[in-house]
This record gives sequence, structure tokens and C-alpha cells, in this order.
Amino acid sequence: MSLLNIVKKEVKELLTPATVLPVILMFIIFASMGNFFGETAEKAKEMPKIGLVCNDDGNASKIFVDVMEAYCNIVTRNNSIEEVKERKGIALIEVPSNFSSNIENFSKADIKIYWIINDVGISNAFPYETLKNIIDVAEEEIINNILKKREINASFVSNPISKEELTVFKEKEIDVSPSIILQFFSTQSTTVPIIVMIIILTSGGMVITSMGMEKENKTLETLLTLPVKRSNIIAGKIMGAAIVGFIIAMIYMAGFGYYISSFSGEKIDLSTYGFKLDILDYFFISLSLFSSLLAGLSLCIVIGTFAKNYKSAQTLTLPISALAIIPMFIIMFKGFASLPFSLKAIIFAIPFSHPMMAPSFLLLNEYSIVIAGTAYSFIFSLICIAIAAYIFKTDLLLVGRARKRWKFRLV
Amino acid sequence: MKALEVKNLVKRYGEFEAVKGVSFSVEEGEIFGLIGPNGAGKTTILRILATLIKKSDGEAKIFDLEVGVDDNEIRKIISYLPEEAGAYKNMTGRQYLAFIASFFDGKEILQRGIKISKLGKRIDDKIENYSKGMVRRLLLTRALMTMPKLAILDEPTSGLDVINASEIREMIKRFARNGMTFLISSHNMLEVEYICDRIALIDKGKIIEMDKPEKLKEKYNAKNIEDVFIKAIK
Repeated sequence: MSLLNIVKKEVKELLTPATVLPVILMFIIFASMGNFFGETAEKAKEMPKIGLVCNDDGNASKIFVDVMEAYCNIVTRNNSIEEVKERKGIALIEVPSNFSSNIENFSKADIKIYWIINDVGISNAFPYETLKNIIDVAEEEIINNILKKREINASFVSNPISKEELTVFKEKEIDVSPSIILQFFSTQSTTVPIIVMIIILTSGGMVITSMGMEKENKTLETLLTLPVKRSNIIAGKIMGAAIVGFIIAMIYMAGFGYYISSFSGEKIDLSTYGFKLDILDYFFISLSLFSSLLAGLSLCIVIGTFAKNYKSAQTLTLPISALAIIPMFIIMFKGFASLPFSLKAIIFAIPFSHPMMAPSFLLLNEYSIVIAGTAYSFIFSLICIAIAAYIFKTDLLLVGRARKRWKFRLV
Repeated sequence: MKALEVKNLVKRYGEFEAVKGVSFSVEEGEIFGLIGPNGAGKTTILRILATLIKKSDGEAKIFDLEVGVDDNEIRKIISYLPEEAGAYKNMTGRQYLAFIASFFDGKEILQRGIKISKLGKRIDDKIENYSKGMVRRLLLTRALMTMPKLAILDEPTSGLDVINASEIREMIKRFARNGMTFLISSHNMLEVEYICDRIALIDKGKIIEMDKPEKLKEKYNAKNIEDVFIKAIK
């Protein structure tokens, strides 16, 4: 009962408009950015608007014009840059009268392109790139036509080598290129660590802040003289912070997920090759995440005992941030297996690393390292909780550590 | 049974001795005051008795329960009001009292607390909107509503205006009349003289005098306890 009271009190103290509003603001920012990038990506698929003037009636120019008409929005046929500008076109292309004859005589044919820049944003570059690609397509069509006239197999000339790809990965032979497999695993090792980092940082910050606030608001002494076990106070603080941290992390992740999804391209599915997570894998991931969160919060409560007030609590979250961010970056850019032994040891020693790596390990059926990591995180938590309980039972929490030659000011 | 019995209590911080072998006892229903200047060791003694910090040496018993040994049991029968205590600002006065009451048995505790606090409709306001006097009254209510056998109050009227301080002094006297035992610390010697049955003058971690205020005044031929203290430390 007393544990539940402490948890309820913690949630009430931590879940305030001051803590939730900035998170909601971040959600709105991420969601807006995602929306913007999504719209930009959609815009990139639109046909570029151009002006097209063709002064040639030969065969090659006909092919060129057909391709342009198929893939571009022709806003004018007049030789007027002003008109293209008015109709928000990005280029005026002029095909000269000798275009087809030059090609038929195997001499280079010129076209004139007047590019019009309407704005300077990154997204404004997309239509120009699209038009360049369309011109390349037109060029290919003209080449195919020339080769066809000479009864040469055009598709053979352009692709004379046929590739049969087979990638050997973890004792499996998979008939896709290595880049597809690496892209699949890099998606796992990018998204999961970011999510884990957000949960650890928000919940951990909550525990440290809670301790800082207890000291700043002078409520800790009262709490410690109530008939409630020290272990319940510690557990209540951890559980309260975990609940609030989880709620805040969910809000963050909803916005962040929307933002990330705006970039996502083609989905890669390697489940047919055995690379998929089943129910048991998700159980192990949950267990790994829980043990890591418990370890993080237990460490935070130990660190939080040193917080003198809200401000110093914010500073004390820095070591936790470093412990969450360092493995995140290492795991994102380099696989655990390819790390040197010393770095492997460091990454393993940081409990937050394990849920970040767990999905990739489980996809590869490497259960032993996930189980070892989870067990390590639980042991780490127990040690931290024992240290916190010791600190709560001694004078350290209220009067700090006595050092020789200190001058004490009694209150 | 004595409410409180302290024998040769010592508290050391490293090489520094903050409390140097203090001994005193408090009878049930008595208001006992520890008087002394800032830094005399009053708060350290109260924190030891409130089970917040550990004694270095000596013995202290609260209703026969030994401090440092029976701490969990002691916390059920005492309440402690620190000098600069605060309350959870995001709670209302009612929510704060309900939170404290939830650790004790008895449904009537909260209702008693609301009555004692005399905060009226403001009991449902957030504590962050309370004046200093209202917060102190709420905290004293918190300390008394559970009807502890021993209430340990550190500078109960510290920083309050005359009216608020007077109300709090009256509240303490009223509860003492009903049998509650009080251990109070203060550097306001006139206040302690007014509410305490017996007092101990403490300076530099040692008790230098202990008796009823009238007897001490008589002994030192002094007008008030402030004069007694000045004469006693000479």
C-alpha cells in the first residue's frame, strides 16, 4: 500500500504541464517536419513543368519530343522564357532544326536548355534532377532506335552481362545483393537504439529530477520520517519515474516515428530467408528492455542522491546521457561482432546497449548474448538498488560525505 | 514510562563533534524545548531522534524503543517537522494531507487534518499558491493530525509573522494539554519560555543548563531566558 502511495505521489509530482508541454511541442515539431518531408517527397514525384520548342521534324526529334511529352508537363510551345516563368516552369528546351540530321550522320546533336530557378530550397532541386533523368531516357530511346535500324539487339548492348547474385551470410546462402541485407540490418540498428535511448534518457532524467526536487522543496526529510520502508521509497521512485518516462517516451516516439516514416523508402522483407522475429524473440526484446530500464533507473537513483536541487539534477543526467548515446552511435555505425575486444567489453558493460543490440542478435538466432546481456542488466540493477538502499539508510543522503578538515556548519 | 530518554548522545562528522554527550529525558505530555544559538547542535539531535541520521555514540529511547535499532517502529509513533520543510507544490493541501494520512491507520486522520489546518476552502488550492504561513500551518497539521506520541518540531514558528506564530504556539499547547509530548527546538528563547514546560540550554553541542524556565530565571536572577542563556554561557 505504501509503495503504491509513493508511486502515485511520484507520478503526480512528475507528470505536470511543465514536463508534458515541451514534449507535446516536440511531438508537433517532429510531426510537422515529417509532414513537410512527406509532402516534399510527393512533390518530387510530380512531372516537371517545361517549355518545349521543336524546330525539327525528323525521326530523332520526334522520339525526343514523345519522351518529353510523356514525362513532362509542357506549359508552352513558344520560345518565351517569360511565359515559362509565368507558368512556374523550370526549363525551356529548344530542339534545333538540324537535330535529327546530325544524329543520322553520327555527329553530336545539340539541344538548348534554359534553366529557370524559382526558389533556392533543397526540395526545389528535385524537379531539375527529374528533368535531367528524363532527358537521359530520351537519349537512350534515340540510341535504341539507331541500333534497331542496324538490326542490333539494343537491350544486349546496354546490358551485356547478366548477374546472378548469391550472398553468404551467417551460414546461409541468400540470392540478394549484400547491400539489401546490410540495409535491412542497419534499419534495425538505427531505429531501435534511438527508441531505447529516448526511453532511458526520459525515465532516468525523471528519477534524478525527482530526487533533486525532494531536496530543493525540502520534502525528503518528511518522507524519510514516515512509517514507510526505505526500499519502498526507492521502488516507488523508480516505478513512478518509469511510468512518467514511458508516457513521455511514447509521445516522443509517436512524433519521431511519423518523422522517420516520411523518409522510408521501399520496405525490405528478409523473412523468407529466416530473418524474422517471432513471439519468443519479442519476449526476449521486452525482457532486455525491462532489465536495461531497471538498470538505468537504479543507477539514476544512486546518482540522484547526490542532487542538491533541480538544477544540479539536470547536470547529473549528463553521465546517463553519455552512457545511452555512446553505445547508440557505436551500434548504429558498427556491428558488435566487428568491434575490438576492449570496445566490446565497454559496450557490454553499459546496460543500455543490450536492448539496442537485441533485435539484430535475435534475427541472427544469437540468443546466448541476449540472455547474458539481460542477466547482466538485472545484476547491475540489484547492485545499484543495494547501493541506493545503503545510501538511504545512512547519513549520506542528508548530510553528504564527511571529509577530514571540513568545516561543518550546523543547521 | 518516559516519552524520551537520551543518554550521552554523541554525533561526529569526521573529526568534528557536533553533539558532545548530551543527556536529557522528557515526560509524557510534556513540552520540552532545546534552546540555543544557530550551530549549537539542536537540529542534529532532533534529526537523530527522528531516525534521519545515525548517532555516533550514546543511547536514545522513545517510548522504550531504541533509536538506531527500532527505527521502523519509532516512525509509527513520532512525527518530525524540519525547520525549512516544504510540501509537494503540485498537490493541493487536501491531497498532501491525504498522502501523509495514507501511511497511517485510521480514516479520521484526513478529516482531523482538514479541521486542524483551518485552511477553509484554500485546502483545495495548490500548495504552490499558499503563503509561507499557510504552508507552515499545513506542515504542522501534517505533523499533528496523525496524533503522534512524540512530535519533534524544529523551529516551528521560524520565519512566520506574529499572528501566524501565535496561532501555531496555541496549537502546540492545545495538543499538549490532550497528552501529546513535544520536543521543540528554537533559537527564539522568548517563544520557548512561553510554551515549554522544561527547557535545556545547549551551546557548542553540550547542554549547559536544564530545568523549568521559572527555576532557571530564579537561579540566574534573570528577567527572561535570553538573560539566563547569556549568563549561563559566561
